[in-house]
Amino acid sequence: MIGIENTSALANRAANKAALRRTRRVTGLSDRAIVWLFIAPTMLLLLAINIFPLIWAIRLSFTGLMANLPNPARFIGIDNYTDILTDEDVWEHFQATAHFVFSTIALQVLIGLGLALLINQKFRGHSFWTTVILLPMMLSPAVVGNFWTLLFQPQIGPFNYFIGFFTGAAPSSFTMIGSVDLAPWTIVMVNTWMWTPYVMLICLAGLRSIPDYIYEAAEVDRASALRQFWSITLPMVTPFLMLAVLFQAIQSFEMFDMVNLLTSGGPGSTTELVSITLKRAAFEKWETGYASALAVILFVTVFGAANVYVKVLNKVKQQ
Amino acid sequence: MTDAHAPRPFSESSPLLKWLAAVVVIAYATVSILPMLWIGATAFKSQSDAIAYPPKVLFTPTLEGFVDLFTVQTRQPHDFIAKLPPPSSWYEKLARDRDMVIAGPSRVVERFLNSLIIGFGSTILATFLGTLAAYGFSRFKVPLADDLLFFILSTRMMPPIAVAVPIYMMYRYLDLYDTRIGMILLYTAVNVSLAVWLLKGFIDEIPREYEEAALIDGYTRLQAFRKVVLPQAVTGIAATAIFCLIFSWNEYAFDLLLSNAQAQTMPPFIPFIIGEGGQNWPAVAAGTTLFLVPIVIFTIALRKHLLRGITFGAVRK
Repeated sequence: MIGIENTSALANRAANKAALRRTRRVTGLSDRAIVWLFIAPTMLLLLAINIFPLIWAIRLSFTGLMANLPNPARFIGIDNYTDILTDEDVWEHFQATAHFVFSTIALQVLIGLGLALLINQKFRGHSFWTTVILLPMMLSPAVVGNFWTLLFQPQIGPFNYFIGFFTGAAPSSFTMIGSVDLAPWTIVMVNTWMWTPYVMLICLAGLRSIPDYIYEAAEVDRASALRQFWSITLPMVTPFLMLAVLFQAIQSFEMFDMVNLLTSGGPGSTTELVSITLKRAAFEKWETGYASALAVILFVTVFGAANVYVKVLNKVKQQ
Repeated sequence: MTDAHAPRPFSESSPLLKWLAAVVVIAYATVSILPMLWIGATAFKSQSDAIAYPPKVLFTPTLEGFVDLFTVQTRQPHDFIAKLPPPSSWYEKLARDRDMVIAGPSRVVERFLNSLIIGFGSTILATFLGTLAAYGFSRFKVPLADDLLFFILSTRMMPPIAVAVPIYMMYRYLDLYDTRIGMILLYTAVNVSLAVWLLKGFIDEIPREYEEAALIDGYTRLQAFRKVVLPQAVTGIAATAIFCLIFSWNEYAFDLLLSNAQAQTMPPFIPFIIGEGGQNWPAVAAGTTLFLVPIVIFTIALRKHLLRGITFGAVRK
C-alpha cells in the first residue's frame, strides 16, 4: 500500500500520547531529549555530506576554478551557465539522455506490466520464476556494464552468435558497442534487461491490491475480459506504475556506472549521457566551476521534474 | 487446483491461460538469466575455451581463471620451468602447465577486503543511525516531521556525480580522500535515507500498546525502546541492513572518483583485471562471479521484503 501520507496522522497521534504521558512523573531522559538525540546524528551527517557539498557546488558554479591548479577561485558570474546552455554539444548529450530515458522506460513499462499480468495468473511455481526474473536488478550496474562487454564481443561473445543463429547474419558483421547506430540501443537494451523486474515487481503489488469482489461484480454484470482490464485493472495499477516510472526516470536520468563501463560514452559521443559529460568535465578536464554549474542544472532538472510528477501522481491517486 | 471439477473462484484463471502465462514467463526468466549463467560458466573455462568461436557451451571446467584472478604470474621459457623444483600446490601446477610462474598474490584480495570493510562499516553505521531516527519519527511529535522526512529522501535523489566534485575537494582538505573511513562515511550518508524510510515503516507497524504497557510497568523510554521495540523490529532491521549492504557492495561512481589505491573496492577494480596479452576473460568472469554470488544469495533471502526496499517503503504489500 502507498503510505506516504500517513506520517502527519501518526505524528498527531504520537503528540496526544506524549501529552498524556507528560502528566506522569517521567523517569530517565525526557521524550524531547530522546527525539533530538535520536534524529540529530542522521541530520548532521546528511548536512555534512549532502547539503554542505551541494551549497559548495552552487558557489563553485559561479567561479572559473580548476581543482587541479593551485590558483584561487575567481568569480565569473553566470558565465558557466551561459556556456553550458548555449553549447550545442551539451544539448546533444541531453538529447542522448532523453532518448535513453524515454526508450528504456517505455520498454520497461510494456514488458514489466506484461510480465506482472502473466505472473498474476498464479501458475504453479510462479514465485520461483519471479525470484529468478528479479535477480538482474540487484546486481551492481558497473559490474553488469563490464560483463556485457564480454557478451557483446563480435567474434567470441554469445550475443552476436545467437542473433546470427536466428537471423542468419554473420556474427562479426555488426558490433553492438562499436556501431554508431546500434550503441544507443545497446545501452537501452541492457538497462531494460536490468530494470524491467523493478517495474514488474511494483505492478505485481498493484495487481494484488485489487480486491476480488470488484472482478466478481464485473463478472455478474457480464463485463468482457478486455473491458475488465480497461476499467478495473489498468486504473487500479496506474498509481503503482507511475511510482515505478518515477524511480526509474530519476535513476536512468542520472545513469553513469553501467554506461561508463559498457560504452564509456562512445562511439564518438553517441552514448555520452549527461552524467558522463559531467564526470569528464570534473575529473578529466578539471573544469571544476563549469562542472559544478552542470551539476546544479542536473539537480534542478531532476528535482523540479520529480516535484511536478509527484503532484500529478497524487491527483491520479485521488481519483 | 487438484480437483478439476471444483467450481473455480473468480480470481482463478482458466487452465489454458495459466499454462500460456507459465510458458511466456519461464521463457523470459530463462533468457534473462542466461547472461549471468554465461559469466558463471566463463569463470570455469580455460583462456582458449573462453575466446573460442563459435562460443563454447560444453567445455572441461578448470580453475585457471580463479588462479589468474588471485595471483600475479610471469611467463617463463619452457626449459626454465622444467628445471624448477616440482610445484608445491595445485594452483602452482595449473600455472606451470601454461608456462607461467606465480610471482605473488594479486591485488584482488585487498579490493575484496576493502569491499567487505567499507560495506559492513557503512551498513552497521547507517542501520544504527537509521533505527534511532526512524524510532524518533515513528513515535514522537517531531517539529516539521514531514519536511524533514522529505529532506532525508531527497538527498537520495541527488546524482552522485553532481555532489562528487565538492565532496572530492572536501575530502582532499580533510585528508579523507582515498581512505576507508571516508568511503564508510559517504556510503553511510547515502544509505541512511533508505534506512530511515524503511525502518520507519517497520516500526510504525509495531503496535504502540506493547511499549505503553512497558512504560506503565515502570520502564523508561530508552528501556522500552531497547527491550520492547528493538526485539520486535529485528526482521525489519535485518532486511534494511541487507539493502544497505547490497548498495555499498554495488556502488561504483563514488569509489571510482574518491579512492585510488588504498580504498578501492571491487566494482571499479573488476574492469582492470587484465591478463598478459589481452583481456583475460576467465579471470574477469571469476572475479565477477565471486562478486555477484553473495548478492544472489541475499536477494533470495530478501525476496519477501524486496518491494519495500526498492520503493523506500512506499509500497509495502
